[in-house]
Amino acid sequence: MAKINVNGKTLDVQADENTPLLWVLREQLGMTGTKYGCGVAICGACTVHVNGEAQRSCALTLGSVKPTDKIVTIEGLSPDDSHPVQKAWAELDVPQCGYCQPGMIMAAAALLSKTPNPTDEDINNEITNICRCGTYGRVRRGIRAAASSKI
Amino acid sequence: MTISTNISRRGFVAGAAAATAAFTFGFRIPFADAAAPVPEEVNAWVVVKPDDTVVIRIARSEMGQGTLTGLAQLVAEELECDWAKVTTEYPTPATNLARNRVWQSYSTGGSRGIRESHEYVRKGGAMAREMLIQAAANEWKVAPAECKAANSVITHSASGRKTTFGKVASAAGNLLAPADVKLKDPKDWKIAGKPLKRLDTLEKLNGKQIYGTDLKLPGMLNAAIKDCPVFGGKLASFDDAKIKTMPGVKGVVRVGETAVAVVAEHWWQAKTALDAFPIVWDNGPNANVSNASIAEFLKEGLTAEKVAVGNTVGDAKAAIAAAPKKIEAVYGYPYQNHATMEPMNATALWTETRCEVWCPTQNGEAALASCSEAAGLPQTECDVYKINLGGGFGRRGAFHDYVRQAVEIAKQFPGKPVKLIWSREEDMLHGAYHPVTICKMSAGLDDKGDIIGLHVRISGQSILAAVAPQRMTNGVDMVTFQTLTPSGEHAISYTFPNLLVDHAVRNPHVPPGFWRGVNANQNTIYMECFIDELAHAAGQDPLEYRRKLLAKHPKNLAVLNAVAERAGWGKPAAPGVFLGLAHCMAFGSHIAGCAEVSVTDGKLKIHRIIAATDCGYAVNPQQIEAQVEGSFVYGLSAALYGEITIKDGRVEQENFDTYPVMLIKDMPEVETIVMPSGGFWGGVGEPTIAVAAPAVLNAIFAATGKRIRTLPLKEQLTA
Repeated sequence: MAKINVNGKTLDVQADENTPLLWVLREQLGMTGTKYGCGVAICGACTVHVNGEAQRSCALTLGSVKPTDKIVTIEGLSPDDSHPVQKAWAELDVPQCGYCQPGMIMAAAALLSKTPNPTDEDINNEITNICRCGTYGRVRRGIRAAASSKI
Repeated sequence: MTISTNISRRGFVAGAAAATAAFTFGFRIPFADAAAPVPEEVNAWVVVKPDDTVVIRIARSEMGQGTLTGLAQLVAEELECDWAKVTTEYPTPATNLARNRVWQSYSTGGSRGIRESHEYVRKGGAMAREMLIQAAANEWKVAPAECKAANSVITHSASGRKTTFGKVASAAGNLLAPADVKLKDPKDWKIAGKPLKRLDTLEKLNGKQIYGTDLKLPGMLNAAIKDCPVFGGKLASFDDAKIKTMPGVKGVVRVGETAVAVVAEHWWQAKTALDAFPIVWDNGPNANVSNASIAEFLKEGLTAEKVAVGNTVGDAKAAIAAAPKKIEAVYGYPYQNHATMEPMNATALWTETRCEVWCPTQNGEAALASCSEAAGLPQTECDVYKINLGGGFGRRGAFHDYVRQAVEIAKQFPGKPVKLIWSREEDMLHGAYHPVTICKMSAGLDDKGDIIGLHVRISGQSILAAVAPQRMTNGVDMVTFQTLTPSGEHAISYTFPNLLVDHAVRNPHVPPGFWRGVNANQNTIYMECFIDELAHAAGQDPLEYRRKLLAKHPKNLAVLNAVAERAGWGKPAAPGVFLGLAHCMAFGSHIAGCAEVSVTDGKLKIHRIIAATDCGYAVNPQQIEAQVEGSFVYGLSAALYGEITIKDGRVEQENFDTYPVMLIKDMPEVETIVMPSGGFWGGVGEPTIAVAAPAVLNAIFAATGKRIRTLPLKEQLTA
């Protein structure tokens, strides 16, 4: 049994310590907003925040997560879809199939929390998530829109 | 379940099918009772609930392309309902069968979602409107012609009486449908034709959207699978002794002749166990095939005598032979994987008398057929609950291998739902790959540099020969000739005095499939890059050279002119920036692109792409823009990076580390010109992909003098 802190709650988890955080979230805790895309920390569909940093949850094992680490998933980003990134995404109709978007949104939110007014280069360096539908143009515009909302 | 009388009157005999799942599991799955009979059903397309919520039934699948919203706009336009109250649902394919295919085709591919069904879905909306008006008129004992519907409210103008759709829906559903209805002129559209927001965005922002991989049913088991990595090989043996006791493992099962699956409580446990035990494959007859041997096989087709002919004008061979100037070039396009972000998956529940599947699919009816076949049960004893796809791109339409596997596994666990998810590695190794072709372009030019003969010789894979031979025309796969055919939705958009387009079919053992844009992708590279070569050989401006060939193709000329003008073709560009053009007709639409690139020390930067689309009628312009932008990402991912290679009969790439795709850092600004000229319905989801690569490749030539003829680009500019 391990304890992890997800979206502000400390939860008990029964899983092998080598289980990736991604699969703990999805299969033990029923939080399926965080997606499996590649399993090798490339595509970013599994992006969550760990102590405010965007992390690929497929590459973090349960054993490597401390009970004091604060994990935030897409389900906990805001209580009512009111995070500036979510609002910008809604305004611009960013998602297409939407499968990569929880990870994309978490990556964008982490970028903006550290760099409130990111340059194009900041966006290029920090947003490394894969979207096969090709929403990148609207993702970039969404980040700019969320930045200018000054939240 | 009580079947209400109005449903019985319509001959609805199998309504219980959709509801069975709900009862089996003792709870309601949101998408499992779609199109179950309800008294508020006005007709097959429209349900209006007492609170005035309008439920529009959508037969095609939403996979990101926005067809769900576009089709709902078309129905709502004719229905005259309040758009703010519109929701949608998928009728199940078994329900469609039981109702004599009232929703017609479920196939969602070939950019056909809207262009193929616009008429009957609009009629569905219009007929429902007439029935709602009739019901209100009956209640008021007035003539329906005196009543009008607008914004979900019916008004009798003479008396000022009003009622809402929700109040009369049940009565309307008991009326006979009008024999015919007149559809609106698109000029008068208020909901369709407008850049409305998508109906399916909000749940994609907070993790609530359920994909197939997210499904959880009571008592559900999870399965991971490995299929023989060499196509045509088989499963020889496996030793599961040491994994049977691993945590959560419930069983290790053969799946058909070629695969083995581990079934466990959780998917991660299944995958961990699957990776931990030795499997012996019988690699079969293809174990020595490699990229090099495939290349040799195709090369021999360039001079083959036996070919399928796709287009003939005059005598191209003779014209080229007699021409004062001859130019030849050989192009090639590699295998590509669809690489949907959501890997293949399906959940199946099998008993001796019934089988149900939940899955992402581009064709619910084909998924139902696969389910039925694998289950050994008639389609009437099966059903498929469609889930929005995490990407489709053609992978989940003609191929339901993942459905068959899920059912075959579930058969070994009767009464228990089993969710099968492919690992990314499995998804890379078992695609239905973009076919590989090479193409020899041969032209004869006259003294002025004008084309007097053109021969397009394609050698390579036929998709239809491999997956749908029944769709071939007199033994010829006309899909191979997309954008090069004499007429139709993929007609060649140039006029040449002498033309020969032929195809030496060379089918390696790698399974080909319909990959977003299909054969328009490489054929447009071949044609548009070669035309560029000819223009340069003739010492003529590439735009002017094309214009001369486009005199009889005014719609293509118009889109080409539109991008050239917006890009400032012919005017000085920024220092170091060069332009490239491409255009085509594909999936019934006329498309052009102009790329602005620079190349510095062998490094390509795409600054801006301007794209023009004439799709006849534009149902949702902002979604067209999204599809055009996305098409550049899909087309340029392939052009810049994408390549599936074969070694020892199997695919070498297993994940995104060796199959890289475009990221946001690669994404240029895309300016989309939507210029619908009316009078026809063209597709939107795919055609722009075809111009993405050639526009960029032609700009690269303008920048560097280097002609890239074999994709992907990879490191060719630094070589």
